[in-house]
Amino acid sequence: MNKKIKVATTSLAGCFGCHMSFLDIDERLLELLELIEFDRSPLTDIKICGPCDVGIIEGGVCNAENVHVLREFRKNCKILVAIGACAINGGLPAQRNQLDLRDILEEVYHTSVGLAQGSDIPNDPELPLPLNKVHPIHEVVKIDYFLPGCPPPADAIWKFLTDLIAGRTPKLGHGLLHYD
Amino acid sequence: MSLVDNSTSISFLIDGEEIPFVKGQSILQAALAAGKYIPHLCYHPEFKPNGSCKLCTVKINGRPGASCITQAEAGLSVESDTPEINDKRRTLLQMLLVEGNHFCPSCEKSGNCMLQALAYDLGVMSPHFPQIFPVRLVDASHSDILLDFNRCILCEICVRASDEVDHKNVFAFSGRGITKHLIVNAESGRLADTDFLATDKAAQVCPVGVILPKRMGFTIPIGRRKFDERPISEQMEKVADAAGIAIRESSP
Repeated sequence: MNKKIKVATTSLAGCFGCHMSFLDIDERLLELLELIEFDRSPLTDIKICGPCDVGIIEGGVCNAENVHVLREFRKNCKILVAIGACAINGGLPAQRNQLDLRDILEEVYHTSVGLAQGSDIPNDPELPLPLNKVHPIHEVVKIDYFLPGCPPPADAIWKFLTDLIAGRTPKLGHGLLHYD
Repeated sequence: MSLVDNSTSISFLIDGEEIPFVKGQSILQAALAAGKYIPHLCYHPEFKPNGSCKLCTVKINGRPGASCITQAEAGLSVESDTPEINDKRRTLLQMLLVEGNHFCPSCEKSGNCMLQALAYDLGVMSPHFPQIFPVRLVDASHSDILLDFNRCILCEICVRASDEVDHKNVFAFSGRGITKHLIVNAESGRLADTDFLATDKAAQVCPVGVILPKRMGFTIPIGRRKFDERPISEQMEKVADAAGIAIRESSP
Protein backbone atom coordinates (compact mmCIF):
# COMPACT_ATOMS: atom_id res chain seq x y z
CA MET A 1 0.00 0.00 0.00
CA ASN A 2 1.29 3.43 -0.91
CA LYS A 3 2.01 5.73 1.97
CA LYS A 4 -0.21 8.79 2.02
CA ILE A 5 1.33 12.18 1.27
CA LYS A 6 1.61 14.26 4.42
CA VAL A 7 0.39 17.84 4.06
CA ALA A 8 0.59 20.68 6.57
CA THR A 9 -1.09 24.07 6.14
CA THR A 10 -1.11 27.33 8.03
CA SER A 11 -2.21 30.93 7.75
CA LEU A 12 0.28 33.62 8.76
CA ALA A 13 -0.67 37.25 8.03
CA GLY A 14 -3.64 36.10 5.98
CA CYS A 15 -7.41 36.04 6.34
CA PHE A 16 -7.97 32.27 6.01
CA GLY A 17 -9.62 33.04 2.67
CA CYS A 18 -7.19 30.70 0.88
CA HIS A 19 -8.11 27.92 3.31
CA MET A 20 -11.79 28.63 2.63
CA SER A 21 -11.11 28.42 -1.10
CA PHE A 22 -9.30 25.12 -0.49
CA LEU A 23 -12.45 23.77 1.21
CA ASP A 24 -14.35 24.97 -1.87
CA ILE A 25 -12.97 21.99 -3.80
CA ASP A 26 -16.01 20.42 -2.13
CA GLU A 27 -16.53 16.66 -2.65
CA ARG A 28 -13.14 16.42 -4.31
CA LEU A 29 -11.80 16.66 -0.74
CA LEU A 30 -12.81 13.01 -0.31
CA GLU A 31 -10.86 12.03 -3.40
CA LEU A 32 -7.91 14.04 -2.10
CA LEU A 33 -8.06 12.38 1.31
CA GLU A 34 -7.47 9.02 -0.39
CA LEU A 35 -4.05 10.36 -1.34
CA ILE A 36 -3.06 12.72 1.45
CA GLU A 37 -3.31 13.10 5.20
CA PHE A 38 -3.08 16.33 7.13
CA ASP A 39 -0.45 17.13 9.73
CA ARG A 40 -0.46 20.59 11.32
CA SER A 41 -3.35 22.55 9.87
CA PRO A 42 -6.34 24.61 11.04
CA LEU A 43 -8.36 21.64 9.74
CA THR A 44 -6.80 19.19 12.23
CA ASP A 45 -5.92 21.59 15.03
CA ILE A 46 -2.51 19.89 15.35
CA LYS A 47 -0.28 22.66 16.73
CA ILE A 48 3.24 21.49 15.82
CA CYS A 49 4.36 20.56 12.32
CA GLY A 50 5.96 17.10 12.01
CA PRO A 51 7.93 15.81 9.01
CA CYS A 52 5.75 16.42 5.93
CA ASP A 53 5.90 16.10 2.18
CA VAL A 54 4.09 19.35 1.40
CA GLY A 55 3.61 22.53 3.43
CA ILE A 56 1.09 25.11 2.23
CA ILE A 57 1.47 28.63 3.59
CA GLU A 58 -1.17 31.32 3.38
CA GLY A 59 -0.39 34.92 4.37
CA GLY A 60 2.75 37.01 4.56
CA VAL A 61 5.09 37.57 7.48
CA CYS A 62 3.96 40.43 9.73
CA ASN A 63 5.20 39.46 13.20
CA ALA A 64 7.83 37.42 15.06
CA GLU A 65 5.59 34.39 15.48
CA ASN A 66 5.00 34.23 11.71
CA VAL A 67 8.78 33.93 11.25
CA HIS A 68 8.99 31.03 13.74
CA VAL A 69 6.06 29.15 12.18
CA LEU A 70 7.42 29.68 8.68
CA ARG A 71 10.85 28.34 9.70
CA GLU A 72 9.20 25.36 11.42
CA PHE A 73 7.40 24.56 8.19
CA ARG A 74 10.54 24.95 6.09
CA LYS A 75 12.44 22.65 8.44
CA ASN A 76 9.79 19.93 8.26
CA CYS A 77 8.35 20.13 4.74
CA LYS A 78 10.07 18.77 1.65
CA ILE A 79 8.05 21.08 -0.60
CA LEU A 80 6.85 24.48 0.56
CA VAL A 81 4.06 26.24 -1.32
CA ALA A 82 3.12 29.93 -1.05
CA ILE A 83 -0.62 30.22 -1.58
CA GLY A 84 -2.42 33.50 -2.25
CA ALA A 85 -1.52 37.14 -2.77
CA CYS A 86 -0.39 37.81 0.83
CA ALA A 87 2.13 34.97 0.94
CA ILE A 88 3.42 35.95 -2.49
CA ASN A 89 3.79 39.75 -2.29
CA GLY A 90 2.55 40.69 1.18
CA GLY A 91 -0.93 41.45 -0.11
CA LEU A 92 -3.34 43.64 1.80
CA PRO A 93 -1.39 43.59 5.12
CA ALA A 94 1.68 44.91 3.26
CA GLN A 95 -0.21 48.05 2.36
CA ARG A 96 0.81 49.27 5.80
CA ASN A 97 4.44 49.22 4.64
CA GLN A 98 4.31 52.85 3.56
CA LEU A 99 3.40 53.93 7.09
CA ASP A 100 5.38 54.05 10.30
CA LEU A 101 4.48 51.11 12.56
CA ARG A 102 4.33 53.16 15.76
CA ASP A 103 2.09 55.78 14.09
CA ILE A 104 -0.33 53.02 13.04
CA LEU A 105 -0.43 51.43 16.53
CA GLU A 106 -0.85 54.86 18.16
CA GLU A 107 -3.76 55.73 15.91
CA VAL A 108 -5.50 52.36 16.15
CA TYR A 109 -5.17 51.81 19.90
CA HIS A 110 -4.60 55.24 21.39
CA THR A 111 -5.66 58.36 19.54
CA SER A 112 -8.51 57.40 17.19
CA VAL A 113 -12.07 58.40 17.97
CA GLY A 114 -14.41 56.04 19.83
CA LEU A 115 -11.85 54.14 21.89
CA ALA A 116 -12.57 53.28 25.54
CA GLN A 117 -10.93 55.59 28.03
CA GLY A 118 -7.37 54.62 28.90
CA SER A 119 -6.92 52.59 25.70
CA ASP A 120 -3.29 52.08 24.83
CA ILE A 121 -1.10 49.98 22.56
CA PRO A 122 -1.33 46.34 23.79
CA ASN A 123 1.87 45.22 25.47
CA ASP A 124 1.16 41.68 26.68
CA PRO A 125 4.21 39.37 26.51
CA GLU A 126 1.90 36.72 24.98
CA LEU A 127 1.45 38.89 21.89
CA PRO A 128 4.00 38.41 19.10
CA LEU A 129 5.83 41.60 18.25
CA PRO A 130 4.86 43.10 14.90
CA LEU A 131 7.62 43.60 12.31
CA ASN A 132 8.28 47.05 10.90
CA LYS A 133 7.25 45.82 7.47
CA VAL A 134 5.14 42.94 6.16
CA HIS A 135 7.14 40.62 3.93
CA PRO A 136 6.31 37.97 1.33
CA ILE A 137 7.35 34.56 2.66
CA HIS A 138 9.96 33.94 -0.06
CA GLU A 139 11.99 36.76 1.48
CA VAL A 140 12.37 34.67 4.68
CA VAL A 141 12.67 31.02 3.54
CA LYS A 142 13.05 29.24 0.24
CA ILE A 143 9.70 28.61 -1.44
CA ASP A 144 9.34 25.86 -4.01
CA TYR A 145 6.01 26.74 -5.62
CA PHE A 146 3.73 29.77 -5.84
CA LEU A 147 -0.04 29.63 -6.29
CA PRO A 148 -1.35 33.19 -6.81
CA GLY A 149 -4.86 34.49 -6.28
CA CYS A 150 -6.91 36.37 -3.71
CA PRO A 151 -7.85 33.67 -3.08
CA PRO A 152 -6.83 31.21 -5.80
CA PRO A 153 -10.05 29.67 -7.11
CA ALA A 154 -10.85 26.15 -5.84
CA ASP A 155 -10.26 24.81 -9.34
CA ALA A 156 -6.77 26.33 -9.36
CA ILE A 157 -5.99 24.73 -5.99
CA TRP A 158 -7.31 21.40 -7.26
CA LYS A 159 -5.31 21.64 -10.49
CA PHE A 160 -2.19 22.62 -8.55
CA LEU A 161 -2.48 19.79 -6.00
CA THR A 162 -3.36 17.09 -8.48
CA ASP A 163 -0.43 18.13 -10.70
CA LEU A 164 1.91 18.13 -7.71
CA ILE A 165 0.70 14.75 -6.39
CA ALA A 166 1.00 13.23 -9.86
CA GLY A 167 4.60 14.43 -10.06
CA ARG A 168 3.94 17.02 -12.77
CA THR A 169 5.12 20.63 -12.62
CA PRO A 170 1.93 22.47 -11.57
CA LYS A 171 0.59 24.59 -14.44
CA LEU A 172 -2.47 26.81 -14.13
CA GLY A 173 -2.98 28.48 -17.52
CA HIS A 174 -5.48 31.14 -18.51
CA GLY A 175 -8.52 31.46 -16.29
CA LEU A 176 -6.94 29.77 -13.29
CA LEU A 177 -3.94 32.08 -12.91
CA HIS A 178 -5.22 35.19 -11.15
CA TYR A 179 -3.61 37.79 -8.92
CA ASP A 180 -6.97 39.01 -7.61
CA MET B 1 6.61 31.60 -49.87
CA SER B 2 3.81 33.64 -51.37
CA LEU B 3 3.89 34.22 -55.10
CA VAL B 4 3.56 37.97 -55.54
CA ASP B 5 5.30 40.12 -58.07
CA ASN B 6 4.53 43.44 -56.38
CA SER B 7 7.88 45.00 -55.56
CA THR B 8 6.46 46.59 -52.41
CA SER B 9 5.65 43.15 -51.07
CA ILE B 10 8.64 42.53 -48.88
CA SER B 11 8.88 40.33 -45.84
CA PHE B 12 10.98 38.96 -43.01
CA LEU B 13 10.67 35.98 -40.69
CA ILE B 14 9.48 35.81 -37.07
CA ASP B 15 9.83 32.37 -35.52
CA GLY B 16 9.94 31.01 -39.07
CA GLU B 17 6.67 32.71 -40.01
CA GLU B 18 6.70 35.08 -42.96
CA ILE B 19 5.72 38.64 -42.00
CA PRO B 20 5.04 41.17 -44.77
CA PHE B 21 5.79 44.83 -44.04
CA VAL B 22 5.83 48.25 -45.60
CA LYS B 23 8.96 50.40 -45.44
CA GLY B 24 9.14 52.45 -42.28
CA GLN B 25 7.32 49.94 -40.11
CA SER B 26 9.04 48.64 -37.02
CA ILE B 27 9.33 44.90 -36.48
CA LEU B 28 6.62 45.16 -33.80
CA GLN B 29 4.24 47.15 -36.03
CA ALA B 30 4.67 44.70 -38.89
CA ALA B 31 4.20 41.72 -36.56
CA LEU B 32 1.01 43.10 -35.02
CA ALA B 33 -0.37 44.03 -38.44
CA ALA B 34 0.21 40.46 -39.54
CA GLY B 35 -1.54 39.12 -36.45
CA LYS B 36 1.68 37.86 -34.86
CA TYR B 37 1.69 38.93 -31.22
CA ILE B 38 4.85 40.20 -29.55
CA PRO B 39 4.41 41.10 -25.86
CA HIS B 40 4.78 44.85 -25.22
CA LEU B 41 3.87 47.44 -22.60
CA CYS B 42 5.24 50.91 -23.40
CA TYR B 43 4.41 50.75 -27.10
CA HIS B 44 1.15 52.43 -28.11
CA PRO B 45 0.18 52.51 -31.79
CA GLU B 46 -0.81 56.17 -31.73
CA PHE B 47 2.42 57.57 -30.31
CA LYS B 48 6.10 57.53 -31.14
CA PRO B 49 7.74 54.39 -29.71
CA ASN B 50 10.32 54.97 -26.99
CA GLY B 51 11.65 51.48 -26.31
CA SER B 52 11.69 51.79 -22.54
CA CYS B 53 10.00 48.65 -21.21
CA LYS B 54 11.98 46.16 -23.32
CA LEU B 55 9.14 43.62 -23.11
CA CYS B 56 9.08 43.49 -26.92
CA THR B 57 12.71 42.44 -27.08
CA VAL B 58 13.33 39.86 -29.78
CA LYS B 59 16.46 38.37 -31.31
CA ILE B 60 17.14 39.99 -34.66
CA ASN B 61 19.58 37.91 -36.68
CA GLY B 62 20.78 36.53 -33.36
CA ARG B 63 21.13 39.86 -31.53
CA PRO B 64 18.63 41.08 -28.94
CA GLY B 65 16.82 44.33 -29.71
CA ALA B 66 13.56 46.09 -28.87
CA SER B 67 11.22 45.33 -31.77
CA CYS B 68 9.25 48.58 -31.32
CA ILE B 69 12.24 50.73 -32.24
CA THR B 70 13.91 48.47 -34.79
CA GLN B 71 12.92 48.98 -38.42
CA ALA B 72 11.69 45.96 -40.30
CA GLU B 73 14.00 44.95 -43.13
CA ALA B 74 13.61 42.37 -45.83
CA GLY B 75 15.14 39.03 -45.01
CA LEU B 76 15.58 39.56 -41.26
CA SER B 77 15.34 36.47 -39.14
CA VAL B 78 13.60 37.28 -35.85
CA GLU B 79 13.06 35.06 -32.82
CA SER B 80 10.30 36.04 -30.40
CA ASP B 81 8.25 33.26 -28.84
CA THR B 82 11.14 31.18 -27.52
CA PRO B 83 11.74 29.84 -23.99
CA GLU B 84 14.91 31.95 -23.70
CA ILE B 85 13.24 35.26 -24.64
CA ASN B 86 10.07 34.55 -22.67
CA ASP B 87 12.23 33.84 -19.59
CA LYS B 88 13.78 37.29 -19.96
CA ARG B 89 10.32 38.85 -20.41
CA ARG B 90 9.15 37.17 -17.21
CA THR B 91 12.16 38.60 -15.38
CA LEU B 92 11.37 42.10 -16.71
CA LEU B 93 7.77 41.77 -15.51
CA GLN B 94 8.93 40.55 -12.09
CA MET B 95 11.23 43.56 -11.77
CA LEU B 96 8.35 45.89 -12.67
CA LEU B 97 6.10 44.15 -10.13
CA VAL B 98 8.54 44.56 -7.21
CA GLU B 99 9.53 48.13 -8.13
CA GLY B 100 6.04 49.50 -7.54
CA ASN B 101 3.23 48.63 -5.18
CA HIS B 102 1.07 46.31 -7.26
CA PHE B 103 -1.69 44.94 -5.07
CA CYS B 104 -4.07 43.51 -7.67
CA PRO B 105 -6.91 42.51 -5.30
CA SER B 106 -7.51 46.14 -4.33
CA CYS B 107 -6.79 47.74 -7.71
CA GLU B 108 -9.66 48.99 -9.89
CA LYS B 109 -7.66 48.22 -13.01
CA SER B 110 -7.40 44.53 -12.15
CA GLY B 111 -8.71 42.45 -15.05
CA ASN B 112 -8.13 45.35 -17.45
CA CYS B 113 -4.44 45.86 -16.72
CA MET B 114 -1.80 45.17 -19.37
CA LEU B 115 0.96 44.48 -16.84
CA GLN B 116 -1.20 41.89 -15.10
CA ALA B 117 -2.46 40.41 -18.38
CA LEU B 118 1.07 40.02 -19.72
CA ALA B 119 2.20 38.41 -16.47
CA TYR B 120 -0.71 35.95 -16.73
CA ASP B 121 0.04 35.19 -20.34
CA LEU B 122 3.72 34.57 -19.69
CA GLY B 123 2.95 32.56 -16.54
CA VAL B 124 4.57 34.78 -13.89
CA MET B 125 3.89 32.83 -10.69
CA SER B 126 5.91 34.90 -8.22
CA PRO B 127 7.66 38.26 -7.90
CA HIS B 128 10.94 36.33 -7.41
CA PHE B 129 12.81 39.48 -6.28
CA PRO B 130 12.47 41.16 -2.87
CA GLN B 131 9.69 43.76 -2.86
CA ILE B 132 10.93 47.34 -2.75
CA PHE B 133 7.67 48.72 -1.30
CA PRO B 134 8.46 52.28 -2.41
CA VAL B 135 6.67 55.11 -0.65
CA ARG B 136 4.47 56.73 -3.28
CA LEU B 137 1.46 58.96 -2.83
CA VAL B 138 -1.88 59.26 -4.55
CA ASP B 139 -3.21 62.51 -5.99
CA ALA B 140 -6.99 62.75 -5.60
CA SER B 141 -7.09 66.53 -6.10
CA HIS B 142 -8.72 66.46 -9.55
CA SER B 143 -12.51 66.28 -9.60
CA ASP B 144 -12.72 63.54 -12.24
CA ILE B 145 -9.40 61.69 -12.23
CA LEU B 146 -7.46 59.85 -9.54
CA LEU B 147 -3.70 59.40 -9.81
CA ASP B 148 -2.24 56.41 -7.99
CA PHE B 149 1.52 56.61 -8.49
CA ASN B 150 2.04 53.28 -6.69
CA ARG B 151 1.38 51.44 -9.93
CA CYS B 152 3.41 53.52 -12.38
CA ILE B 153 5.68 51.44 -14.64
CA LEU B 154 7.26 54.46 -16.38
CA CYS B 155 5.93 53.48 -19.81
CA GLU B 156 5.66 57.17 -20.68
CA ILE B 157 2.44 56.63 -22.66
CA CYS B 158 0.59 59.37 -20.70
CA VAL B 159 3.53 61.73 -21.14
CA ARG B 160 3.50 61.17 -24.90
CA ALA B 161 -0.33 61.40 -25.14
CA SER B 162 -0.44 64.66 -23.22
CA ASP B 163 2.38 66.10 -25.28
CA GLU B 164 1.70 64.75 -28.79
CA VAL B 165 -2.12 64.65 -28.83
CA ASP B 166 -3.49 66.92 -26.08
CA HIS B 167 -0.65 69.48 -26.45
CA LYS B 168 -0.90 70.12 -22.71
CA ASN B 169 2.27 68.53 -21.40
CA VAL B 170 0.61 67.62 -18.10
CA PHE B 171 2.92 64.70 -17.24
CA ALA B 172 6.69 64.35 -17.08
CA PHE B 173 9.40 62.27 -15.46
CA SER B 174 11.65 63.43 -12.67
CA GLY B 175 14.69 61.79 -11.09
CA ARG B 176 17.01 59.14 -12.49
CA GLY B 177 17.51 55.40 -12.07
CA ILE B 178 15.49 53.83 -9.30
CA THR B 179 14.25 57.27 -8.14
CA LYS B 180 12.77 58.10 -11.55
CA HIS B 181 9.08 58.85 -11.17
CA LEU B 182 6.07 60.38 -12.86
CA ILE B 183 5.23 63.96 -11.94
CA VAL B 184 2.50 66.45 -12.77
CA ASN B 185 3.60 69.66 -14.47
CA ALA B 186 2.20 72.17 -12.04
CA GLU B 187 3.96 74.31 -9.49
CA SER B 188 1.97 72.59 -6.73
CA GLY B 189 2.51 69.18 -8.36
CA ARG B 190 -1.24 68.58 -8.10
CA LEU B 191 -3.35 67.44 -11.04
CA ALA B 192 -6.15 69.83 -10.03
CA ASP B 193 -3.82 72.74 -10.78
CA THR B 194 -3.42 71.78 -14.45
CA ASP B 195 -5.86 72.08 -17.37
CA PHE B 196 -6.15 68.26 -17.47
CA LEU B 197 -9.59 66.92 -18.43
CA ALA B 198 -11.10 63.44 -18.17
CA THR B 199 -11.71 63.65 -21.92
CA ASP B 200 -8.00 64.13 -22.68
CA LYS B 201 -6.20 61.39 -24.58
CA ALA B 202 -3.77 61.06 -21.67
CA ALA B 203 -6.66 60.15 -19.39
CA GLN B 204 -7.56 57.13 -21.53
CA VAL B 205 -4.26 55.42 -22.21
CA CYS B 206 -2.67 54.25 -18.95
CA PRO B 207 -1.99 50.51 -19.37
CA VAL B 208 -1.94 50.03 -15.58
CA GLY B 209 -3.91 51.53 -12.69
CA VAL B 210 -2.31 54.99 -12.35
CA ILE B 211 -4.68 57.32 -14.20
CA LEU B 212 -8.18 56.29 -13.18
CA PRO B 213 -11.56 57.91 -13.81
CA LYS B 214 -13.33 58.60 -10.54
CA ARG B 215 -16.70 57.01 -9.69
CA MET B 216 -16.10 54.17 -12.18
CA GLY B 217 -14.21 51.66 -10.05
CA PHE B 218 -15.18 47.98 -10.12
CA THR B 219 -18.18 48.62 -12.40
CA ILE B 220 -17.40 45.61 -14.59
CA PRO B 221 -17.92 42.36 -12.66
CA ILE B 222 -15.16 39.75 -12.39
CA GLY B 223 -15.51 37.38 -15.31
CA ARG B 224 -16.43 40.13 -17.79
CA ARG B 225 -13.34 42.30 -17.60
CA LYS B 226 -11.13 42.71 -20.65
CA PHE B 227 -8.63 39.96 -19.92
CA ASP B 228 -10.91 37.57 -18.02
CA GLU B 229 -12.12 35.77 -21.08
CA ARG B 230 -9.11 35.62 -23.35
CA PRO B 231 -5.40 36.26 -22.80
CA ILE B 232 -3.90 39.51 -24.02
CA SER B 233 -2.05 37.73 -26.83
CA GLU B 234 -5.37 36.77 -28.38
CA GLN B 235 -6.90 40.24 -28.21
CA MET B 236 -5.41 42.31 -30.95
CA GLU B 237 -7.79 45.01 -32.14
CA LYS B 238 -7.62 46.72 -35.50
CA VAL B 239 -6.59 50.32 -35.07
CA ALA B 240 -4.57 52.80 -37.07
CA ASP B 241 -1.20 54.05 -35.96
CA ALA B 242 -0.02 57.68 -36.15
CA ALA B 243 0.85 57.35 -39.82
CA GLY B 244 -2.60 55.92 -40.58
CA ILE B 245 -1.28 52.45 -41.27
CA ALA B 246 -3.81 49.83 -40.22
CA ILE B 247 -2.29 47.71 -37.52
CA ARG B 248 -3.53 45.47 -34.79
CA GLU B 249 -2.92 46.27 -31.22
CA SER B 250 -3.97 45.12 -27.82
CA SER B 251 -4.54 48.20 -25.69
CA PRO B 252 -6.50 48.68 -22.47
